[in-house]
Amino acid sequence: MKFGVVVFPGSNCDHDAWYAVRENLGQEAEFIWHDSARLGDVDAVVLPGGFSYGDYLRCGAIAKFSPVMQAVKRFAADGGLVLGICNGFQILVEAGLLPGALVRNAGLKFVCREVRLRTETTDSPFTAAGNVGQVLRVPIAHGEGCYVADERTLDELEAENRVVFRYLDNPNGSARDIAGVLNPARNVMGMMPHPERASDPLMGSTDGLLIFRSMVSALAHA
Amino acid sequence: MTTLSPELIATHQLTEAEYNKIVQILGREPSYTELGIFSVMWSEHCSYKSSRLHLKKLPTRGRYVVQGPGENAGIVDIGGGYVAAFKIESHNHPSFIEPFQGAATGVGGILRDIFTMGARPIAVMDALRFGPLDDPANGARNRRILEGVVAGIAHYGNCFGVPTVGGECVFEACYNGNPLINVFALGVAKSDEIFYAKAAGLGNPVIYVGAKTGRDGIHGASMASAEFTEESKQKRPNVQVGDPFLEKLLLEACLEAMQTGAIVGIQDMGAAGLTCSTCEMGSRGETGIEIELDRVPQRETGLTAYEIMLSESQERMLLVAEKGREEEVFRVFRKWGLDAVAVGQVTGDGLLRVRHHGEIVAEIPNQPLADSAPLYDRPHTLPLRTAPMEAPAFSSSNLTHDLETLLASGDVCSKRWIWQQYDYQVRTNTLAGPAVADAAILRVKETGAALAMALDGNARYCYLAPREGTKLMVAECCRNLAVVGAEPVGATNNLNFGNPERPEIMAQLVESIEGMADACRFLDVPITGGNVSLYNETLGEGIWPTPVVGVLGLLKTGAPVGVHFRQAGRPVMLVGGLGDCDPVRFGGTQYAKAVLRNLWGLPPALDLEHEKRVQAAVREMVLAGLAESAHDLSDGGFAVALAECSFGAQSVGAEVELTSDLGPELLLFHEAPSRVLLSTSEPERVKEIAARHGVEAPRIGVTVQGQVVIRNRGAALLQANVDSLRKVFEGGLESKLRA
Repeated sequence: MKFGVVVFPGSNCDHDAWYAVRENLGQEAEFIWHDSARLGDVDAVVLPGGFSYGDYLRCGAIAKFSPVMQAVKRFAADGGLVLGICNGFQILVEAGLLPGALVRNAGLKFVCREVRLRTETTDSPFTAAGNVGQVLRVPIAHGEGCYVADERTLDELEAENRVVFRYLDNPNGSARDIAGVLNPARNVMGMMPHPERASDPLMGSTDGLLIFRSMVSALAHA
Repeated sequence: MTTLSPELIATHQLTEAEYNKIVQILGREPSYTELGIFSVMWSEHCSYKSSRLHLKKLPTRGRYVVQGPGENAGIVDIGGGYVAAFKIESHNHPSFIEPFQGAATGVGGILRDIFTMGARPIAVMDALRFGPLDDPANGARNRRILEGVVAGIAHYGNCFGVPTVGGECVFEACYNGNPLINVFALGVAKSDEIFYAKAAGLGNPVIYVGAKTGRDGIHGASMASAEFTEESKQKRPNVQVGDPFLEKLLLEACLEAMQTGAIVGIQDMGAAGLTCSTCEMGSRGETGIEIELDRVPQRETGLTAYEIMLSESQERMLLVAEKGREEEVFRVFRKWGLDAVAVGQVTGDGLLRVRHHGEIVAEIPNQPLADSAPLYDRPHTLPLRTAPMEAPAFSSSNLTHDLETLLASGDVCSKRWIWQQYDYQVRTNTLAGPAVADAAILRVKETGAALAMALDGNARYCYLAPREGTKLMVAECCRNLAVVGAEPVGATNNLNFGNPERPEIMAQLVESIEGMADACRFLDVPITGGNVSLYNETLGEGIWPTPVVGVLGLLKTGAPVGVHFRQAGRPVMLVGGLGDCDPVRFGGTQYAKAVLRNLWGLPPALDLEHEKRVQAAVREMVLAGLAESAHDLSDGGFAVALAECSFGAQSVGAEVELTSDLGPELLLFHEAPSRVLLSTSEPERVKEIAARHGVEAPRIGVTVQGQVVIRNRGAALLQANVDSLRKVFEGGLESKLRA
């Protein structure tokens, strides 16, 4: 399988995602430059963490206008797997591919630490290899990761089983402890925690590999 | 040409003798722009005029050293065809005036020093000093400065994408009006792709890249070379504003442009901006440089030549490219959306020639400008100290309570509130980040090796005895590396002192440098570069002598040995033994500070020979896989170290039985060096290695679940629950911030 890792000028977890896919997952990975209107022959797209275009405005607000995001939208509409991590999640909600918004952490400070995530659904190509209720140890590192949406949207996400992960120890004030969500077609997922940082035994946890492995097996069966 | 009045010369902080030397170099009176250029290049900050003579005493060569002092950063060989570039730098004065931007641009400046050399930054650490957060008069300001500095470091490092993996933070009243912000950065490059800051090749274009030039930071270098007064707050416009996103673009563009092979030399524009980068590159290359200021990208209109030359706008670089290959360089910078403009060329006449609006506004020989700054052998007497030598009488009523006081104190307590704001994992190389092990450990994916690094400073010791205090600090820093199994290969230093024109302060600097030289030579760690920050005084109140050292070590990649006990029932060994102390040598300890609120006597005694053997023994034990946990004894001595070892996720503590004739306060809290606490499942092998190195390693007890118990000759000294100690330790900083 080939994963395309999008590189915005301010992406800084792009290499980490690339490394996790290549070295820890054993799959192919290539970078896709932000002003590229085509994604090439990739099987899945990762929008990595970082600060896309500086994010001095709203995180991801400028990135949604980039040429590559138009291509990502088409790819998603065609059923392609898109994983947004951290800044990637922020970009996906700004681009309208996922509902809700990510605002300043409740503590008003950047937080870097490991959190525990409860797997809420395995009915997704990102978690099919896990079990409902399975707890993953994955780090977060963000200043604006508080997930918010109106009550109706939150109810809808829950009713449609589109909340993928919840924090067991909510670090940022996210509504209903939500750490990651799916789009209605279930082929686009955004999450604030960094699975690529929990993919190498040397980094203290390999729980994040569950997500990448699920994607690989979903693609293999597609 | 304007006539330069004596007042104007004085406001440029040039003495009459210095001015006369300028006239002699030029063979005429300088222009206003030239006066500005000389004043920044000959400022203490850029010229090291008070310290240079003594810095020469430091050892700078070693078998791993590729580049010693004099370049943007020091470089050591890390094997596998790669090198590490590293350096520490201060941003003390700006951070006092404007904490957030001062600290942020401090990070930006040191990162540029690293990638200027062709190395991608992979880690940052910081050594911070503030006034006490609960100081009756200055507490509110100190809290504001701490919060601003930490937010500034986080803002810059997190966005740039470099992990901030450790450091230290200390509070003393002497930093009330003068916080210290020292930032260490480390990068990695291929051995054959190192870039230097030299201008070579007649006719080669000089290219300006990065941010546009504005009026910010004019005379920042001179500001950093003067004491603070009541009026200093008016210098806020002298502090620059940082843009980490732009720096990230600059990093990627520079590294990519270097790959074209068209770049001859490169230097960042840091202190003294365009002035420093042009004349230093010219001086190192023994060439001249001619620039045309009208071509310099400018943020605002109406900038004078003086302002453009002295601006310290951030995120700018100057590079020299091969003639005819400019377009290859421009193409890369266009890709990253950055300005890149040819502003001049390399010449053969050795002059820095600056044109503006068709006129020559400065014409100065590069070599004397960059290298002939005045060199002062400033008088030095006895180091300043007012603390008494005699110890006061003291006797503890509750040693467990004393331990809690120490664990809650600003210097000892958990710094989680600080480091949790830093992304310490980005780039997925951090094997041991903050508070995991005695040193931070990063893997180098390219070579399969790992690098360990630690920062240390102890102004209390250095105030009592600058020479001995500095030796102790170097020893501790190297010990921190030994504890994780690393071999030290090089060091960088940040010398933060007061006004060198006062002989008793100059004496502190001289003795500290000489102590550092002795310890570095003995422990075989060459100094490859660093920074000197003088005039750390506000309203005549100087800081205590605060040298900080950062040591880099090599080790094999693997799971790090952390400080925390991992399971109950393991033997606990004290490698190096209990050590000795007397009341005079107890006066600089954290116990004297936090419990007795006093300062006297001398720092702990150090036997470098013994220290070296302890380090070798511990390194061997760790590399042999014998240590389940390892932690050196430092601030707060034995009891604090034992408590810290217990704060792991499983709350495994220890029950120990000592055999000593020292009084209980000294026994538990003295800070004699050369001691390491280790838990192991193979005590006999630990003992065997220790014996071979001629080092004591008594088995003092066993790890137990949830308790810390210390007895001496059967008498209970201290007993506490791990989780209650942890609560005090973890809450220490936040409770002071809420005050």
